[in-house]
Amino acid sequence: MKKTNRFSHLYTALIFAFLFAPIAILVVFSFNEAKSLSVFSRASVKWYRELFRDSVTLASLKNTLILAVAASLISTVMGTAAAVGINKLRRKWLSAAMDTVTNIPMVNPDIITGISLMLMFVFVGRFFGLATSLSFWTMLIAHITFCLPYVILQVLPKLRQMDPSLPEAAMDLGCTPMRAFFKAELPEIMPGVITGLIMAFTLSLDDFVISYFTQGNGFQTLPIRIYNMTKKTVTPKMYALATIIFFVILTLLLVTNLIGDEDAAPKKRKTRR
Amino acid sequence: MQKIIELKNITKSFDGEVVLDRINLDIYDHEFLTLLGPSGCGKTTMLRLIGGFETPDEGEIVFLGETINDVPPHKRNVNTVFQKYALFPHLNVYENIAFPLREQKVARDEIDRRVKEMLSLVALNGFEKRNVTRLSGGQQQRVAIARALISHPRVLLLDEPLGALDLKLRKDMQTELKRIQQTTGITFVFVTHDQEEALSMSDTIVVMDGGRIQQIGSSIDIYNEPVNAFVADFIGESNIIDGVMLEDRRVRMSGHTFDCLDTGFERNEPVDVVVRPEDVDIVPPECGMLRGVVTSVTFMGVHYEIIVDINGFKWMIQTTDFVDVDERIGISLEPDAIHIMKKSEFSGMFGDYSSFSNEFDELNEPSPDAESEERG
Amino acid sequence: MSRAEKRQTAAAMQRAALAPYTVWAVVFIVVPLFFIAYYAFTDDNFAFTTRHIVRFFTATSEVVTDAGAVREVRTYLLIFFRSLKLAVISTIICLLMGYPFAYLISRASDRAQKTMITLIMVPMWMNFLIRTYAWMTILQDTGLINSLFGALRLPTVHIIGTEGAVVIGMVYDYLPYMILPIYSVMAKMDVKLLEAARDLGCSSAGVLRRVVLPLSMPGVISGITMVLIPSISTFYISQKLGNGKFYLIGDAIESQYAANNLHFAAAIAFIFMVILLAGMALMRRLTGQRIYGGA
Repeated sequence: MKKTNRFSHLYTALIFAFLFAPIAILVVFSFNEAKSLSVFSRASVKWYRELFRDSVTLASLKNTLILAVAASLISTVMGTAAAVGINKLRRKWLSAAMDTVTNIPMVNPDIITGISLMLMFVFVGRFFGLATSLSFWTMLIAHITFCLPYVILQVLPKLRQMDPSLPEAAMDLGCTPMRAFFKAELPEIMPGVITGLIMAFTLSLDDFVISYFTQGNGFQTLPIRIYNMTKKTVTPKMYALATIIFFVILTLLLVTNLIGDEDAAPKKRKTRR
Repeated sequence: MQKIIELKNITKSFDGEVVLDRINLDIYDHEFLTLLGPSGCGKTTMLRLIGGFETPDEGEIVFLGETINDVPPHKRNVNTVFQKYALFPHLNVYENIAFPLREQKVARDEIDRRVKEMLSLVALNGFEKRNVTRLSGGQQQRVAIARALISHPRVLLLDEPLGALDLKLRKDMQTELKRIQQTTGITFVFVTHDQEEALSMSDTIVVMDGGRIQQIGSSIDIYNEPVNAFVADFIGESNIIDGVMLEDRRVRMSGHTFDCLDTGFERNEPVDVVVRPEDVDIVPPECGMLRGVVTSVTFMGVHYEIIVDINGFKWMIQTTDFVDVDERIGISLEPDAIHIMKKSEFSGMFGDYSSFSNEFDELNEPSPDAESEERG
Repeated sequence: MSRAEKRQTAAAMQRAALAPYTVWAVVFIVVPLFFIAYYAFTDDNFAFTTRHIVRFFTATSEVVTDAGAVREVRTYLLIFFRSLKLAVISTIICLLMGYPFAYLISRASDRAQKTMITLIMVPMWMNFLIRTYAWMTILQDTGLINSLFGALRLPTVHIIGTEGAVVIGMVYDYLPYMILPIYSVMAKMDVKLLEAARDLGCSSAGVLRRVVLPLSMPGVISGITMVLIPSISTFYISQKLGNGKFYLIGDAIESQYAANNLHFAAAIAFIFMVILLAGMALMRRLTGQRIYGGA
């Protein structure tokens, strides 16, 4: 297949270009002196300065981070516990039911998840005669809800792959079941837990639709702030924001990639026969 | 007999390591040839070179007189049975076997006829519609063989196909493979590390180590007349002792002069002497050619395996007679029990039964002074 | 405790750890779905009514065609089919673009594969609002493409505000979701199967057609699901790239929500959910039956 090398390289490059072109444009125009997003006048960092003076945006960034940290931590703990429990289920129908329920938030379109939660919160709010039914707390609940399946999805396979004789050996050597879990099982599934945590964090950071429907009390997350910004005319300030996000994400992914390399499967040793 | 494949000066390296070193081998039509050797000796690479999945760094692969170095696998008249069978999970038994014929656009009733023929050959009649992933190891094995044979290749390559089967099934499959080879007359090139398997199935055995061919011959030749210490140790059990060839048919080892059958060595040439454990006779110490003390006795069912310390060297004897540990015994050797080999790079590495494995050899490694005492 | 007792206690304790999640899941995943139904079938006083459901199917509005004529259409049905159409088109394009790409990546060296997959994930994690907005500026009448065309003295094209623009936006946003599942299946494919196919006489094209394609189907199905569903339900892309001219289902729900017509919004969502469930059940029947024969 050496002959198709050039064609395949070209095709791959084209797709990458397609995927990254808009991002490249974002980055370039974030340094635009003028207000335009399609005509470049001169290079300048003025929009970055404006961005850092924009207290509303900075507040929304803070909100987003708080929300993401809280949601990812809670969902990781609950999700890991859930995965541990699911792994030990004996009855088939219960297992199947768990699988289905866990899948629902992943398969359902965001808009359905968002609407359903919103309606429930509104109803409950009215039922209890609360003034506002949506707030940071409703958003937190929503975020935890959509993060949980992904955590479970990362931890459960690790549990299944784990050698079951490890905790048994621990108990054999004198540990109580509880300590056996923490000393023998948890370290084994830790990669899955960490991956789940990171996934939950990034999902929460990036979520727009579900946050949009469950927001209240003026608690804005960054995506919602961006949405509101784009409803009016947009200046390169938003591009500056996007560029920063881009580089943060790029770094994050590269770092996790390098870490992943260490506990990735050992490179196939070329077996010589 | 016609030569069907010739490997000429084949050299192949991976990652800077030489895996095959100037290999020359002729494979004849209709023969069952086995490439035998330990892991890493290069046998699978050789197979893949013939199949077309690797290209040699140097040398030529000749098929019926034509060099085929650059011919891709799908154009070679050679088929492979893979170690883990590589059956297509999305196709049933019939479709797996019919795969090459469908690729050749053979007519439907022709395909039908030939698939049924193959199923008979491998004794899987009635299995047409079965799901390949649910078959047993032996059954999958046979589907893989049928699939590889259906387009009548001139040569069939088999990459340790019986490794995953349990012992009794393996023995049956060995017989099956031999039968199929003789029925179809197709040249089989078989790779294994199991010397018993090689001995029982092959017309020709090629013993390999470290990327080089150590010996080529029939089972009997290789067993009775190994060419160096490696082959002697790899095939069956051998006691390998330092000796000096005094003259034709007389060799001195361990302080005693023995009559033997080998000629062709120089006077007083240092040699390796091979004595198979089953060829050693135990006699009372006074009558023995050599004397020693028994250090261990293990009951193996078929015979006793006895380790005897003779002048610092541990011999292994296989016998149905019982002796006690710490007993003093004598041994006697018939002339045809002794086989002489030239010294090679393998001399001194094998043949002493202080331990069986390399790992334990290293643990038991004597200091350099003690080693020189053992010689002669 | 004896060993067996310890093991059973451990298992029981671990099952108990499932409790918090079970409660959470029921309350926050299952129950809200019932709320959609509840709101859909009630009016403002929470009395039972099918008014909203009926409205979805019967509401009409007037549409001016390009030719200038005025037509009456079923508003929401039109919206739904339009959403479906655009989603299907986008999914097909994603499949056509993504499949060869996934295949080519899976044939590369291990390290190259890792790098490329990481690169593909970068746009995925970038906020999709911003990415969509960027496309808007590219496709504007005064946007980048037209500036480029202008510089090359080509006629300007009007892309923004057309269905094409929405499709471009969808393809761009969801392409990685098509690539990754397909790649994941291909990467795990046993190399020996491909070698076997070549050994038995298949050229490279043959290997692709007869082995890779059938075995990559689970990945393709996965990819289609992961693109189709978000495509149908998106609301931002159509707003920005369709210039507000095209309402999709997501837009409809959102605007009803914004107007505080929660019950009608719920009705639309409910109908959408039902159709979605039906579609998924259909897919499972069609693809759950893998037949083990056929060339």
